[in-house]
Amino acid sequence: MKKGRAMVEVDVRGFSCPIPVVRTKKAIDANPNQPIVVLVETAVSKENVSRLARSKGYSVQIEQVVGDEYHLLLTPLMK
Amino acid sequence: MERAEDAGVYKLSEDLAIVQTLDFFTPIVDDPYTFGEVAVANALSDVYAMGGEPIVAMNIVCFPIKKMDISILQQILLGGLDKMREAGVILVGGHSVEDDELKYGLSVTGVIHPERVWLNTGAKVGDKLILTKPLGTGIINTALKGGLADEELVAKSIKCMIALNKKASELAMEAEVHACTDVTGFGFLGHACEMIEGTDVGMVIYSSVVPVLPGTEEYAQMGLIPAGTIRNRDFRLPMIELATEISDERLLILFDAQTSGGLLISVPGQEAEALLKRMHEESIEEAAIVGEVVDEPKGKIVVK
Repeated sequence: MKKGRAMVEVDVRGFSCPIPVVRTKKAIDANPNQPIVVLVETAVSKENVSRLARSKGYSVQIEQVVGDEYHLLLTPLMK
Repeated sequence: MERAEDAGVYKLSEDLAIVQTLDFFTPIVDDPYTFGEVAVANALSDVYAMGGEPIVAMNIVCFPIKKMDISILQQILLGGLDKMREAGVILVGGHSVEDDELKYGLSVTGVIHPERVWLNTGAKVGDKLILTKPLGTGIINTALKGGLADEELVAKSIKCMIALNKKASELAMEAEVHACTDVTGFGFLGHACEMIEGTDVGMVIYSSVVPVLPGTEEYAQMGLIPAGTIRNRDFRLPMIELATEISDERLLILFDAQTSGGLLISVPGQEAEALLKRMHEESIEEAAIVGEVVDEPKGKIVVK
């Protein structure tokens, strides 16, 4: 893994369920123990992606951008 | 009838009424024959939920003939026809149009005695509630769409969706049914809310005994929850009182938007066990008594 690379970002704006969850899961599987930013634009995606992340052992920090657009910061919890 | 019922009823004579319904949708499974079966089981269900007997049906087809091979449509219609045969329903015609998105379903006509129509409302204090199919088809279909579903679990969900509500309805006719509906897009709790909204009774639901398809809980925890399911919960939450600690996922499963779900039947408490036993004997294995009708709180559902 390269050092100093940009934070992993998953942009699923414009996609409806279950694609946001599927893409976030792929990013989690491909980048274990790394923080991930997910950009969503529905309340449903916010809820479902947060649920996935928590079940995988991440803390979720939610930042509302505008309307139903959110940035979710997933941070792996230290074991 | 003033409420949103499962089907329309028109009285022809003192002892005969027709019951009519129409339902069609886009594919929820990959296999065309299976989709035909699901669509028909789903469309007929509204008649069974009224206590009627479906007799004739017409196909409704939207098909992208320029993009899709006609053999796919043939398989869908075959699956539908076989399911109608199983139900003893005769296909008398239909109509198809060209459309970008494939859709299939039925217009169904059934018969019913005008004095024996089961409405959504009419549940009485002391009734027990029987649910005849497990929940979770919406969540499992979402997992399937996302390519994350286990084949065996999908097979169980399909078996549930293609099962006719015919036998359950016939068995219930032997009891005194106070109210009945089928569990579809609004989810189990959403339809239960319809049964008591604005009435002078309430319900208690025992969440731990509500039958759920295997895998549903796990997929729900992964966030594979349909948008409709989340909307169902948000819309009806003011009518729900949580009397026990229940996970967000469990509550969402109780609201999961179902395709071709089971019947939810309100029968007098003393008749419920016998009816349930008959259902189990007739291979409606997952049927369960999931709650009861109570005096208070009126117009609300207490989830225990």
